[in-house]
Amino acid sequence: MTVTSPDAPSRTGGDSGRPGRGGGQEASAPPERRRRRRLLGENPFGTLLAAPYVIFVAVVFAYPIVFVVWMSFQDYFFAAPGADVEREFVGFANYVEVLQDPAVWQSFRNVGVFLVINVPLTVVLSLLLATALNKIVHARTFFRVSYYVPFVTASVAVVAVWLFLFSKNGLVNNILGPLAPDPSWLVNANLAMPTIALFVTWKGLGFYILLYLSALQNVPNELYESVSMDGGGKIRAFFAVTVPGVRPATLLVLLLATITGANLFTEPYLLTGGGGPNGASASPVLLMYQRGIEQGNPSIAAAIGVILIILVLIIAAIQRRLVGGEDS
Amino acid sequence: MKRALGGKVAQYIVLSIGAIVFLFPFYYMVVGSFQAVLNPTVAGAFPDPANLTVENYADINERINLIQGLANSGIFTAGVLIGTVVFGVLAGYALAILHWRGRGTVFALALLVQVVPFQLLMIPLYVMIARDFGLSDNYLGMILPFFISSTAVVIFRQYFLQLPRELFDAARIDGAGDLRVLWNIALPLVRPALMTVVLVSFIGPWNEFLWPFLITKEASMQPLAVSLANFISNIAASTANPFGAMMAGAVVLSIPAIVLFLVTQRYFLSNDLGSGVKG
Repeated sequence: MTVTSPDAPSRTGGDSGRPGRGGGQEASAPPERRRRRRLLGENPFGTLLAAPYVIFVAVVFAYPIVFVVWMSFQDYFFAAPGADVEREFVGFANYVEVLQDPAVWQSFRNVGVFLVINVPLTVVLSLLLATALNKIVHARTFFRVSYYVPFVTASVAVVAVWLFLFSKNGLVNNILGPLAPDPSWLVNANLAMPTIALFVTWKGLGFYILLYLSALQNVPNELYESVSMDGGGKIRAFFAVTVPGVRPATLLVLLLATITGANLFTEPYLLTGGGGPNGASASPVLLMYQRGIEQGNPSIAAAIGVILIILVLIIAAIQRRLVGGEDS
Repeated sequence: MKRALGGKVAQYIVLSIGAIVFLFPFYYMVVGSFQAVLNPTVAGAFPDPANLTVENYADINERINLIQGLANSGIFTAGVLIGTVVFGVLAGYALAILHWRGRGTVFALALLVQVVPFQLLMIPLYVMIARDFGLSDNYLGMILPFFISSTAVVIFRQYFLQLPRELFDAARIDGAGDLRVLWNIALPLVRPALMTVVLVSFIGPWNEFLWPFLITKEASMQPLAVSLANFISNIAASTANPFGAMMAGAVVLSIPAIVLFLVTQRYFLSNDLGSGVKG
């Protein structure tokens, strides 16, 4: 859990940190070199090496972010490549349309349902399994590997077997017998989203178990010893030491789960045939795809995207506040 | 003493239940993909020799060209890996070792990029890459948004930071240029990091669905994840044994990633990596 601040550990060789080399040269260097140095830093070669990455980020992240915001204020439509068309500035009209759309609200509520199920389940199960894994001696690798397998497998592939497992006459309903829900899981408006949340939890849990496992290494053993000296049992130690000890990891789970929820697309697209029944499992990204690309209305999709980004950023900011920046 | 033993047993029981829950669907997928007639009852989870067939694989291969799909997935993945390793190493090295203006900003960007839900950018990226650049149904268009992984940049930086600084200073005093220091000193020392990043970056593009799905309309250009998804959502219903064919395709799609993971699991599960991802 070492979060490194951008400069701290590496800055030992910075302008003031190493007068023997940097500073001495600086004074004797000819003026134009000194000016160049002030402009580009001590080692301009670094700029050259990082340039491809910087250009990449500019093209694939920075420009699209600006573009998506701009597009959300336009009446934007697809045109033939190279065609020069006038597009109209429409102010907040797209946002008004989006916010008046019940399907949009429903998709955000669906993500809410997703988070309410996914986050507690992920935290409880991965902490439980990581704690058990942390203490055993035998077969550690086997368990770690088996928990991680769903995480390295394509969603599309495991969706196939989940569709079969949770189909109307599938194995799950066969085992449940008379308890099987009707309509079945993925075509039931109340169960479609929870089933998707369950799927995503199952698929990602291995990653979070590893995350908790490495967080557990940072919990000092003396704390456990002092709990047992005070006569506390295992359960007491778990709640008094383990749970607070891995708090930063728990907050990270919340952040990553939020991002996963914001990104949800493949699962509702494939498991519930495009967010069905009746939009009960539609996600905002699925809606963006349907409105923006299927129905050719990218400015509406852009507005949904901007609202989604703002929500994610707000949650990320709250996260940062709670973690407290430097520690962890 | 007895209680402690009981606790140990309980731990193994919990862990074993977990392992079954995680592994069973994969087992079920393989068994199902070889069943001539799918049996969704509990008995169906155990293979019946009389009911085994490779028909499902032939079926799915008739609907979607598995070899072509695997090749497309491979090209997509290889492109991402090359970009990530070559340019990610350069950026990571620059961020860790060299001092240049804007270094802090670029590092902050590398972290920020990981938090921005990438799929929110799909609309502008689609407009840019498919419409403006005309790169739909093209490997370049598929690769471009993933070309350099920011996670990899952060991991590389972390590894370079762990190298002793004296090494670089000594090399410079001996008169080695920047390029030489990078090539002859730094790179050989971070070879394990290269391996880790290659392996971890493999599963991203190999499993990626949304972007290649948006950018490819021609079946001959689609990675396997996309063609299989199209089969699941559109064509499956018209097949005799839709779930069987679906699971046969799923086995083909997941085997390369799972085998690679099993063979190299120590790279995936190392704690160093965790710290890099969490940057």
